[in-house]
Amino acid sequence: MEKDRRYAEDVPVLEVRDLTKQYKGFLLDKVSFTLPKGYIMGYVGPNGAGKSTTLGLITETRRADGGEVFLDGAKYSENRILYKEKIGYVSSVSYFPPMMTVKDAAVLLKQFYPTFSKEKFYHYIKAWDLPVKKKFMKFSTGMMVKLMFAAALSRETRLLILDEATNGLDVLFREEILNLLQRYIEDGEHSVLFATHIIEDLEQIADYIVMVEGGRVLLQDTKEALTESFILVKGEDKLLKDSAVSKYLLGVKRSAFGFTALIRSDNAALLPAGTVMEKPAVSQIMSHLMKSADRLEIA
Amino acid sequence: MKIVLSNQSEMPIYEQIKIQLEEQILNGEIPENTVLPSIRKMAAELSVSVITTTRAYRELEEDGFITTVPGKGCIVLPPDNQILRERYLQRMEQGFTQAAEAAKKLQMPLAEAQDIFRTLWEA
Repeated sequence: MEKDRRYAEDVPVLEVRDLTKQYKGFLLDKVSFTLPKGYIMGYVGPNGAGKSTTLGLITETRRADGGEVFLDGAKYSENRILYKEKIGYVSSVSYFPPMMTVKDAAVLLKQFYPTFSKEKFYHYIKAWDLPVKKKFMKFSTGMMVKLMFAAALSRETRLLILDEATNGLDVLFREEILNLLQRYIEDGEHSVLFATHIIEDLEQIADYIVMVEGGRVLLQDTKEALTESFILVKGEDKLLKDSAVSKYLLGVKRSAFGFTALIRSDNAALLPAGTVMEKPAVSQIMSHLMKSADRLEIA
Repeated sequence: MKIVLSNQSEMPIYEQIKIQLEEQILNGEIPENTVLPSIRKMAAELSVSVITTTRAYRELEEDGFITTVPGKGCIVLPPDNQILRERYLQRMEQGFTQAAEAAKKLQMPLAEAQDIFRTLWEA
């Protein structure tokens, strides 16, 4: 018994193994990652990288061609109701019928989800000033996103999945959401998978980063390890002609006055004195590496 | 307890947290036996990742500033005055090095530099 419990503690909230999906002209190619209990993971990449496809496969709104997804150690096929119950999903596109009101939504959610709490739901509705009798077709984007957050946070979920959820929101509400996410994981039992192409939002609070491009995982690590493993280099064009250095420069971007590029921290000693070196943000790593995926050796 | 983080700083966030807590433990602003907020609470308060605060706390524990007591949390240990002394000595050295470099550029005799120091000391 004791042993079983310890085993359960080590089970990640989400484990994705070799997830594959083929569309015409697009392949999600063996995507794998693990999200442990109590952490926030940023799933980042440009538009069309395969982020929404991956999320659709995790939430079982689409069928995978290959690979497996484990939620709390269990597959969807083992217990479909429990699986869906454990996921809270928020996107920038509403899944509520446009003719509904907040009142109707509360009734619907109670029917679908056994752990739905009307009290919690109305707590958020009130806190965010959402009109109770207005039809959703008359809701603004921000109001719709708030509604979806209210729906997701008023159930006993284990995993919150956000699909570009904060895109249309004003700064204040975005900050509030980031804080909500941190409160959500604070007990160490809940996790967040946050897919976005706007990394600035989650740069500060993300524990793990998975970077995808063209249906493949380009890089994944803790955010700290990722930002420490690269250095942003700025310099004059003549440095690019030094082949001993330039072959280690990744994603070189030129301007009229010089260039910026990334270099692996291990190779930074090769740079001549006086080169400007900075710690990169995740968004800078992404924007440089996305164009040089072919030159990056993925360990 | 106060912690101010800068995103512009070249110093990693975990180190900024660590150093500021260290300073306050050393100068007594955070007294011995204080229970620090949990790693997860601290992350939420500061809007940084859990891994960041975990690292700050781990290094504080390794350097003997705090200890983890199961069921109670992270407890502040009595400050080590030797560390405090070394830290201030280091600061003096840095200041004097700069002053000496500037004085040499001006070709100022040592006695005159000492006069300046004496005036500042007594001010």
